[in-house]
Amino acid sequence: MIRLVLVGTSHHHAPVELRERVALERDAAQALAARLAEGGREAVCLSTCNRTELYVASDDAESAERDAVAALAALEPEVEPALYRLQDRAAVLHLFRVAAGLDSLVPGEGEILGQVRVAHELGMTGVFLDRVFRQALHAGRKVRAQTAIGESPASVSSAAAALAEQVFGSLDGCAILLLGAGKMSEQASRNLRSRGATIALVANSRTDRPEIEAALATVDVVIASTNAPGTVLDAGAVSRASAGRRGRQLLLVDLAVPRDLDPAIRDLDGCYLYDIDDLEQIVAETLSGRRREAERAESLVAAEAEKFHEWHASLDVVPAIASLRAKAEEIRAGELQKAESILGRLDDSQRKAVESVTAQIVNKLLHLPTVRMKQAAAAADGVLYAETVRHLFGLGEDER
Amino acid sequence: VAELLFWPALFFYGEAAVGYLGDARHPGRPGRLATWGVRLGWLTQTALLAAQAARHDGFPWGTWASSLNLFVWLVVSVYLVWGCRTPYRLLGLAVMPLAVALLVAARAGGGTGVGVASHYSTLFLVLHVGLVLAAFAGFTLAAGLSGLYVWQERRLKSSPLTILRRQMPALATLDSLALRTVAWSVPLLTLGVAVGLGRLVSRHDPMDAVIAVTVVTWAVWCSYLGLRLLGGWAGRRAAYLALVGFVLVVVVRVVIPGSHFG
Repeated sequence: MIRLVLVGTSHHHAPVELRERVALERDAAQALAARLAEGGREAVCLSTCNRTELYVASDDAESAERDAVAALAALEPEVEPALYRLQDRAAVLHLFRVAAGLDSLVPGEGEILGQVRVAHELGMTGVFLDRVFRQALHAGRKVRAQTAIGESPASVSSAAAALAEQVFGSLDGCAILLLGAGKMSEQASRNLRSRGATIALVANSRTDRPEIEAALATVDVVIASTNAPGTVLDAGAVSRASAGRRGRQLLLVDLAVPRDLDPAIRDLDGCYLYDIDDLEQIVAETLSGRRREAERAESLVAAEAEKFHEWHASLDVVPAIASLRAKAEEIRAGELQKAESILGRLDDSQRKAVESVTAQIVNKLLHLPTVRMKQAAAAADGVLYAETVRHLFGLGEDER
Repeated sequence: VAELLFWPALFFYGEAAVGYLGDARHPGRPGRLATWGVRLGWLTQTALLAAQAARHDGFPWGTWASSLNLFVWLVVSVYLVWGCRTPYRLLGLAVMPLAVALLVAARAGGGTGVGVASHYSTLFLVLHVGLVLAAFAGFTLAAGLSGLYVWQERRLKSSPLTILRRQMPALATLDSLALRTVAWSVPLLTLGVAVGLGRLVSRHDPMDAVIAVTVVTWAVWCSYLGLRLLGGWAGRRAAYLALVGFVLVVVVRVVIPGSHFG
C-alpha cells in the first residue's frame, strides 16, 4: 500500500534566517525531487519564501521519511529541530490547506496556489502523487471560488489598489503620479499597474514644482512616499489643479511618515486622500474578515481531503473488483460458448440481444457488491472485504 | 384578470423592497431573494399591463392613476437593465419601496383596472404620455444613481475602514451611468413635451401647473446635460443637481397632477 510522507518547515516553525537556508530555486527543487524519487518512489519539493516541504510517496514510509529529513538536513543541519513530519491523512490535509492558502502568513493569499502548481509540474510524480496534487489544486481553487477569503486586500499596496477601484472602477488607462520612489510607493504603483494603470510622472526632489502641478491636472492617482520632513503637496496646489480636471476624481495615497500630503486635501471636492494609518486599518479589518472566511474554507478543504482518502482507500479493493468482474465475464462468455449450438441458429439481432441481456445480468449482479466494497474500503474495512470476495469466488486460485 | 395580477405584482415588489432592506443590513441571501422579487414582479406587472391593453380599445394609461401604473413599470424596467447586479442592490432599496408606494397609489386611483376611455387619440397618448413617462423613469433612475453616488462618496471621504465591506459600484461608474441615463431621457422628454405643447397650441388650450413645472423640469435636466457635457460638471455637484431634478419629477407626477390627466 502506497504511503505519503511529508517533511518540511515553514514560517510557523522556523525564522526567516533558517528558512532562507533551505529555500530552493526551481532547478534545485526539481533535482532534489528527482533524487528522492529514486528507487521507484514519487517526490515533489515545494519551496517558497515561507516554506520548504518534501512530499514523498512510497511503500516504505519510514525510509522515505528518513531520506527526506536527511535531504533537508544536508542543506542546513540546524533545520532538523524545526522540521515537521506528517504521514498519510495528515500530510494530505496539510497539502490541501497549503494550496488553499490556509497555512499562509496571510490567510487566503493566492500566490501559493501557483507555487503548488509549479512544484507539481517540476516534481517526479506517478499516479498517486499526481492525484494528491491535482486534488490539492482543485481544493485551492474551490476555496477561492466559494469563499471570500481572497477577495479583500491583504497589504497596504493592495488596499490602495482596492480603494482606487472603488473610485474609478476599472483602472485601465488611469494615470499615476509618484512623489518619491520608495519601496512602499513602488509596491503600490506595481499593484495599480498590474490592474491597467500607467505611470505618468515619477517626481523627486529635483523635479520642478510647475511640472508636478501640471501633472496633477491630468493624473488620476497620486502616490506619495518621500523622505521630506514636511508637507510636499498642499491643499492649495491640489485645488488649483482641480480647476483643470473638469470634475474628475483624484485619489491621493500618502504612504510617508511624516506625511507628504496636506490633510486639508481631504476636504476638497472630488479628492480622496488616504494616509498610511487609513490603509493599515483597512488591512487589519479585511484580515479579520479573511479569518472568518477561513473557517468556511477549512470545512471545504476537509471535505476535499476526505474525497481523496476515499479514492485512495478504494485502491485496496480495485484488484479484487477487477478480478471479480473478469471472472464473471469469463463465466458469461463460457456459458454462451457452450450454448453455441442453439445460439448458432439465431440471426445477428437476436444474438446481440442475448449478449446484451447476459451482460446486463452480470452487471446488475455485480453492481451492488462493487459499490459496497468501495464503501467498505473508505471505512478502512476494504482489505477484509477484498479477501472475503477473493475467498468466496475463488479469485486468483487458478493462478496458484 | 388585471385585478388578479395586481396583487402578485405588489407582493413581489414588496418582497423585493423588504429583501433589499435586509440586504443593506446583512448582504447576501436577502439581496438575491429581492432580485428575484423584482424580476417576478416586473413579469407580473407586464402581464397586468398587457391585460389592460387587451381589454381597452386604445391607450389605457391616459389617466393620472393608470399612468402611474405605467410609470412604475418603466422605472422597474430601467432598473432591471443593470439593477440585478450585486453592486447595485442598494439602488433597489431606493427604487422598490418607491415602486410599491406608487403602485398602491395607482390602485387607489383606479389605475390598475380596465381604465376609462380618453378623448385624446391613441397616437397622441402614446407619444406624449409614453415619452414623458419613459423620460421620467430615466430621471428617477438617474436620481437613484446620484443618491448612491453621494452616499458612496461620503463613505469614501469619512469611513474608509468600512468601504470594502460592501460591494458597490465605483464612483466613476455611478457618475457616468447617471449621465448616460439622462442623455437618453432628455431627448424623450423633449419630444414628449413638444408633442404636448403642439397639441396645446393647436387647440388653444390653457396652460396648467403640470405643464409649467414639466417645462421647468425639462430645463433643469437640459442644464444638467449641458453643464456636464460643456461646463465640466461631474461628481457631487452634478449628483445634487440630479436630485433637484428628481424633486421636480415628483412634483409633476405626484404633487400637482390636478386636471391635466383625463
